[in-house]
Amino acid sequence: MATTPVSRRLPAQAGELIDRSRPLAFRWDGRRYVGLEGDTIVSALLANGVDVFSRSFKYSRPRGVLTGSFVDPGCTVQVGDEPNVRGAHRRLEAGMDVRPQNVWPSLRFDVKSANRLVGRFLTAGFYYKTFIKPQRLWPAYQQVLSRFASGGVTSEQNVHGYYDKRYVHVDVVVAGAGPAGMSAALAAADTGASVLLVEEEYELGGHLRYSGEQSLSTLSDLRAQVAARPSIEVMTDAVVTGRYDDNWVAVLQRHVVGAVERLVKVRAGVLVAAPGLIERPYVFDGNDLPGVMLSTAMRRLINLYAVEPGERAVVLTANGDGDAAVADLTRVGVDVVGVVDGRAGETIRRATGRGRLQAVELEDGTVLPADLLVTATGWTAPTSLLNMAGDRPVWNVTAARFVPSGTDLPSTVLATGGVVGDGGPEDLMAHGRAVGTLAGERAQGRAGGTVPTLPCAPHPAMFRASTHGFVDFSEDVSSKEVVAAAMEGYDSSELVKRFTTATMGPSQGKLETINTIAVLSEATGRAIEDLGTTVWRPPYAPISLGALAGRVFEPTRVSPMQGWHEQHGAVPLLAGQWIRPDHYGDAAREARNVRENVGIIDVTPLGKLELNGPDVPQLLNLVYVNKWSKLAVGSVRYGVMCAEDGVVMDDGVTGRLADDRYLMSTTSSGAATVWEWLENWLQTAHPDWQVHVTPVTTAYASINVAGPKSRELMQRVVEGGDLSTEAFGYMQVREGRIAGVADCVLWRIGFTGELSYELHVPASYGLHVWEELLEAGDDLGIRAFGVEAQRILRLEKGHLIVAQDTDGLTRAHSAGLGGIVKLDKDDFAGKPELAWHERFALATAPRLVALQPVDPTAVPPEASQIVTPEGDILGRITSSRMSPALGHGVCLAQVDPAVSAAGTVVTIRLPGGGDIAATVQEDLAFVDPEGVRLRA
Amino acid sequence: MIRIPCPHCSARNSAEFRHVGESATRPDPSTVTPEQWRAYLYERSNPAGWTTETWFHTVGCRRYITVERHTVTNEIRAARPAGRDGRGGREPAEVLSTRADSGSPDAGGQA
Repeated sequence: MATTPVSRRLPAQAGELIDRSRPLAFRWDGRRYVGLEGDTIVSALLANGVDVFSRSFKYSRPRGVLTGSFVDPGCTVQVGDEPNVRGAHRRLEAGMDVRPQNVWPSLRFDVKSANRLVGRFLTAGFYYKTFIKPQRLWPAYQQVLSRFASGGVTSEQNVHGYYDKRYVHVDVVVAGAGPAGMSAALAAADTGASVLLVEEEYELGGHLRYSGEQSLSTLSDLRAQVAARPSIEVMTDAVVTGRYDDNWVAVLQRHVVGAVERLVKVRAGVLVAAPGLIERPYVFDGNDLPGVMLSTAMRRLINLYAVEPGERAVVLTANGDGDAAVADLTRVGVDVVGVVDGRAGETIRRATGRGRLQAVELEDGTVLPADLLVTATGWTAPTSLLNMAGDRPVWNVTAARFVPSGTDLPSTVLATGGVVGDGGPEDLMAHGRAVGTLAGERAQGRAGGTVPTLPCAPHPAMFRASTHGFVDFSEDVSSKEVVAAAMEGYDSSELVKRFTTATMGPSQGKLETINTIAVLSEATGRAIEDLGTTVWRPPYAPISLGALAGRVFEPTRVSPMQGWHEQHGAVPLLAGQWIRPDHYGDAAREARNVRENVGIIDVTPLGKLELNGPDVPQLLNLVYVNKWSKLAVGSVRYGVMCAEDGVVMDDGVTGRLADDRYLMSTTSSGAATVWEWLENWLQTAHPDWQVHVTPVTTAYASINVAGPKSRELMQRVVEGGDLSTEAFGYMQVREGRIAGVADCVLWRIGFTGELSYELHVPASYGLHVWEELLEAGDDLGIRAFGVEAQRILRLEKGHLIVAQDTDGLTRAHSAGLGGIVKLDKDDFAGKPELAWHERFALATAPRLVALQPVDPTAVPPEASQIVTPEGDILGRITSSRMSPALGHGVCLAQVDPAVSAAGTVVTIRLPGGGDIAATVQEDLAFVDPEGVRLRA
Repeated sequence: MIRIPCPHCSARNSAEFRHVGESATRPDPSTVTPEQWRAYLYERSNPAGWTTETWFHTVGCRRYITVERHTVTNEIRAARPAGRDGRGGREPAEVLSTRADSGSPDAGGQA
């Protein structure tokens, strides 16, 4: 449907941001419009005569411009696939496809506006009382309610944008580049400090940009000075969004080149908050109608974007900015049909109109037809950053706003400009200069100086007319609801906020706090200064999750043999940051081959620590539960570590390579923990011990060689060593050359129930030795095996895995390790608890047992519960596999001692439903329980 | 985020450290009762005020340090190598297993 294009564009205005020579075509709600370079989305639409941009959250009321700034509640729109764009801030770009949000089916006719008919039932907190019963209707409620939920649209197909991060160390951060902020930055730079000046708008200047010719001239001068100082870094379209301990400051930069957003993490010497003042809406019936706006909104529209805000205006003014608004309107030819002066005690009663403003009713009953109502009834100081630094704002009765108290701030946080007090540009600049000098001096360690004052000017206390209106436009909370909440007992700031949701919308109280508290004060009879504000928390401005996530680095660790594994079809297993070969196609076959011939597995992630010094045995005695003083050179011993609560922490073997040199191995998952555990004892409890710990997990590539033919294989690659069982028996260690590589460590250990060796090869030769083994063992039937096959083998052997067969409560005895705890040792980690456990808890503490399912094909999933006939829990399956060697399932389980005797039949409840039976075994090991093959 | 003045490395972001916990005196294991031992394992005074605690400089010097910090303001008034506190005692900083929350990249997943 074609309509004559409307133009509300004014002739050229001094200080306008638009470039009339550069038109930009864009779409709004499906139709084509043209704006100008420099327009915001909303100013371009207003210039085209469009003045309704959204519908409100609860009542679906049409909304237009109110504040004309980032926080304008009615100007949130969808741009392409980006939801929740602040249309009164975002610059227009050619080709933008802009759509309204939260409209169904369209902006013009929104079914949900019927909500106004049931508004009585949608008062604050209605969702605490409705849509609760019957519970079975919740899915239906959700379907309907999601239609009513506010917000834009995002698609899972959206490509993840690139978000950047940057770290900055700077002497002074100035948040806000109005006259005071710019002056502070200049003065700080002049003391020799480095300065970061952060401004929310696209250009510096704050209110100087739209306050007339004199201000523009001052602004131009300030900008030139800032540009002339290389020690001031300027960020525009950026906002200081949080201040944390020690002036750790978060700055969000929007629309940087090469990234969607950038989160800048700043460690600042001194933070100067110069955010100015935010204009406050007035509360009255009809205060959300399109056509009702704040004086700052109107002055921005005229002076920055040359947009005529209306044709017939009424202005409610209570301060100089309201008076200047009248002057601006008159200057551009808008018919000002009424000026209501708050300082003279005058006010308006209500605004009326269908879908937009049509008339303003004054307190005396006069009705003035108008399409524009401008209010200038007061200010809110955005003290957030100061609050985050510990300041508690105080109510200034004369100025009718909260101001920083300044008493609880650290000396490294300062404030200047409108947030502190009032004044013309000269006053603000002088204050800014004084504060900036102080900031620069303090940041460079030159103490002294007091913070200068900037007094507040008196201002009438105007919050609400004689009628009720919205206090929170985003959340659709009216003053009537605040009163009702107070009546229901929610009568403190914190309670009324949470019950009504006032101040909980996107602007987070910037527009709502004072009005809400003023109405609460009315309703409760308590003074505003006693009620106080709610707590201001970061972020001050919204941050996308992408900016918080930044670039995501996921390092991976691989052994030197990983390339070989990949080439040979290894299926990868992610274990912590390590990528390991899980199997090469058939884990059962790999396991069978180990028992029949020989297999090799890459166990490089195994934790390894070299221990040097004469006091190593003392350390080993302290951290292990067994005895280590008599470990001879060339011997290896298995050890278990418990924490001070007696809970099993780690296990592994430690070998003595020389008098003062030991190699300790830990589980792969425990590598880091055990290193720190040792350091803990050495650094803090026994600094007198002469022990040095060196982590060598990645210095060695580790290979486990297992199977009846493993000796034969090793003899072919180990140089000059007698590997007969007499010369190199079970649990012994040697150093030497393997496959031509010097400095290898070789020990005979085994937890698979087969004859086996473990090689630790200097890492850069790992692949070479791996390949030599495969070649040398070719005629022996050698195959590589992976982690899965090893799991099967060790389970068949009944060897526990810490943190798989044990948990955060499993003490040594409950893991079948009671036998190796030597309580006759001197003090060791966990001794008291282990002693008490042995004396008092053995009869009742869980035990580790091996279970064989009665049905040979059954392999109960790990974590299946073991239950009594009544369904009470007796334990759980901790490990479970099908055994290729035995042809039936094999399990380890933690069970109640009452059912732990060999031969007991227990019931396992499968997660999918159904029970199976299993028999407790005599031994944990199903294969080679006597250890004969192991010791061959 | 707070800065920890590591005695070896100077002031560093707390993200470089692992917070180990409030310092405690290890009772004599040969004479302690189960109640006293378990109080040592699990109970700490957790004041709103000055506290003495240990931090481990995970990605720095890898030393344990004892820090005196005010838990409300996060002001730090002292930081010294752990194990050499003013009382002359030597206490282990770690008491329970950190297996679950060791954020160190060395950790290798299941065995």
